Amino acid sequence: MNKQKAFLIILASLLAMPNAMASGGIAFTATNSKWKAECGSCHVAYPANMLPATSWKAMMGGLDKHFGSDASLDAATSVEILAFLEKNASQRKADPAQKPQLRITETRWFINAHDEVSAKTWKNPLVKSAANCAACHTQAESGDFSERNIRIPK
Amino acid sequence: MSHHKRFMRHLLSGILLLAATAQAQTPQQTLDGFKQSAAETTGFQGFSAARGEQFFKSTHGNDWSCSTCHTQNPAAQGKHAKTSKIIQPLAPAANADRFTDQAKVDKWFKRNCNDVLNRACTPLEKGDVLTYLMTLK
Repeated sequence: MNKQKAFLIILASLLAMPNAMASGGIAFTATNSKWKAECGSCHVAYPANMLPATSWKAMMGGLDKHFGSDASLDAATSVEILAFLEKNASQRKADPAQKPQLRITETRWFINAHDEVSAKTWKNPLVKSAANCAACHTQAESGDFSERNIRIPK
Repeated sequence: MSHHKRFMRHLLSGILLLAATAQAQTPQQTLDGFKQSAAETTGFQGFSAARGEQFFKSTHGNDWSCSTCHTQNPAAQGKHAKTSKIIQPLAPAANADRFTDQAKVDKWFKRNCNDVLNRACTPLEKGDVLTYLMTLK
């Protein structure tokens, strides 16, 4: 692979990452009390910046069948949370020809950011699911996904 | 009555009303609400902790029962079956917040009954379960 091509690949994967990660901050600071309480009751309240607005709209429109569970909300709460998510969504353009991506773990930036994680780690019962950010990102609850706060369970 | 006095009276009743709506109810009051609804159905003869326990620990056609996430001991911490997120104890004796907020109670029964039974729970089922949970120490 020539240097130019390598540079382009790195650049492309950086651009595919959420803004906060690409700029090196890796802290997701946008917050909203309803989002935190409702989206954080069954799993980590995934930061708005991890998916584009079209994905959040689709997600919030299907909460009664949310990855196999009923996570339905009253209309007022749902409207407030969607507004928050859309306002702080990833600016990466979603392909309008494709169905909106709902699984963060299937986004290109997620796959790139986790390419060093071994198959053994993913299979560890303490990790159990790639959706379980807090298994390794010890400060995920507070939106801090920085490298120094990663502890991979043995 | 002067305008001022009338204003103060309105203000005071407004504050009292706000306090009343924001005030948490007790688990017993939540149970009384279920009892009122259940009493409207034919043949209602009161709630049963034993029936509630059986309901709580059994599956109802789907993979999950209540105890899949809330464990066989709802006075202890549970864990979400899919995400592994910790669930605080469900029994009021172990967690004073439980069954004190009607909106929250309604929200979770709606969701979880759909997951466990593919339908809404009846007032009898909810009352039985809460009666069982209230017997736990």
